[in-house]
Amino acid sequence: MQFENVGLRYGQGEEVLSDLSFSLTSGEFYFVTGASGAGKTSLLKMLYLAQRPTRGAIHLFGTDVVTLPRARIPGFRRRIGVVFQDFRLVPHLSAADNIALPLRIAGVLEDEVRDAVSEMLAWVGLTNRADARPPTLSGGEQQRVAIARAVIGRPEILVADEPTGNVDEAMADRLLQLFASLNGLGTTLVIATHDLQLIARVRSAQMMRIDGGRLLDPTGMLRHPPGRQA
Amino acid sequence: MSKASTRVLDTARTGRGMVWVIAVMLFLTVLATAAGIGTARATQAVGVQLGGRATVQIAAADPATREAAAGEVASLLAGIPGVGGVRVVPRAEIAKLLGPWLGGDADDVDLPIPVLVDLTLSDAGTAGRVRGALAGVPGARLDLHSQALAPVRAFLGTMSMLATLLVAMMLGATAFVVVLAARAGLEAHRGTIEVMHMLGATDVQVARLFQRRLSLDAAMGSAVGGVIGLVTVALLGAQAGMLGSELLGTVTLGTGGWAALVVLPFAFVALAAAVARRTVVRSLGQMR
Ligand SMILES: Nc1ncnc2c1ncn2[C@@H]1O[C@H](COP(=O)(O)OP(=O)(O)O)[C@@H](O)[C@H]1O
Ligand SMILES: [Mg+2]
Repeated sequence: MQFENVGLRYGQGEEVLSDLSFSLTSGEFYFVTGASGAGKTSLLKMLYLAQRPTRGAIHLFGTDVVTLPRARIPGFRRRIGVVFQDFRLVPHLSAADNIALPLRIAGVLEDEVRDAVSEMLAWVGLTNRADARPPTLSGGEQQRVAIARAVIGRPEILVADEPTGNVDEAMADRLLQLFASLNGLGTTLVIATHDLQLIARVRSAQMMRIDGGRLLDPTGMLRHPPGRQA
Repeated sequence: MSKASTRVLDTARTGRGMVWVIAVMLFLTVLATAAGIGTARATQAVGVQLGGRATVQIAAADPATREAAAGEVASLLAGIPGVGGVRVVPRAEIAKLLGPWLGGDADDVDLPIPVLVDLTLSDAGTAGRVRGALAGVPGARLDLHSQALAPVRAFLGTMSMLATLLVAMMLGATAFVVVLAARAGLEAHRGTIEVMHMLGATDVQVARLFQRRLSLDAAMGSAVGGVIGLVTVALLGAQAGMLGSELLGTVTLGTGGWAALVVLPFAFVALAAAVARRTVVRSLGQMR
């Protein structure tokens, strides 16, 4: 995944993000951090193809996704799991049906869907809440449903926007372990958070800091070859 | 996306108002179609029945010589090529026809009753030849039955055209109702659609959900409107049959007509599905 001089503005306003140039190595673990309003969500949206940049080029899986025709976008989205900051659960579907949605969209057989969903429910500790609708779940429970839904399709990239924002420290720890094990299976992780303690807990992770609309690269690892300052 | 996906759209949010609109539309369409097919067939039947039939009337027949005159005209007519079925209408038969107007006097031998000769003409040219031959017979006139009923045929023709127009308008209005329902559905489920897209659903997959929902509603409406419409047409037909009117008797639907009425509800569902799909795919293309 590669960003080249990417800039983003909403409407006629100032550029929210400017001159983003970096590449991500597959299988790595990345944190995106920055103050509230810095542009973390905006950066992630461009990553999961919910927002086109106003300038620059983005390459994903070796393809220019900025000019990608509409008909080809679903194929790319199925390879990316997303945990939205506001969860975006379908309110009238049960937790289990929400989690099953990506597999059903992908046309997976119903038997396999059922097995995968129970596995995911156990994974996020919500087996006993399978039939509950999102509005009856706590914020933390909704967040775990959102994570399970993002992960169930075994995406190549998992993008998570503040995925531990609504859970206590013990649960945050647990979710972090889930992410780490997923990363161990080869999934590239991009997680936005402003929780520095969380970042400190994953030693192997790279950190991308957004400040003043620009990307700081404290470890100097984002450019390839590494070492060139962004 | 299987049967489980039908639940993805929350039915509680859009209601089923379209069911009733479709039911009413289909009911009216069945009636209009029946009227159209019935009148079109009646127009044809009237034409076939009266096609070549004609009557020669000799108004000024002298009671004393009328029988002789009748025989003379009959043989004159029979000699013209293309003329067939020549028959002098017997005096008694005419008297019976006139009975209601003339009362008991109709049988009076002195009453000047016109001579009537029925005949069949093979084509329009024959009518001209008959007129030519009759030019020498004082008081003789040729009446073509089809001419007498021309205004009736014209009326029936207008009726079937009007019925066709009504059916076309009904189909247009139904399509429009489906478009409105599809747009309202899209608006009501905007959040769900966005999520589906984000999870990699294609426009066609999303459209299929709506198509299924709207087709189901259309099927329910069509079933209700179709059954009521068909029953109404059957009852009207039975009632018209009891009138014993010869003209109304020609207003029938035939097997083909009934088949067309039965096909209508299915056509409505197919129309609704196609319109829903097109509307949704087009709207999604503009969304992002
Ligand atoms: N859809 C939008 N329209 C206009 N401005 C937006 C929109 N989304 C985000 N912004 C603005 O862009 C900036 C970055 O927002 P965001 O990416 O959500 O930051 P973060 O996720 O780091 O808190 C903020 O100033 C925000 O107001
Ligand atoms: Mg944010």
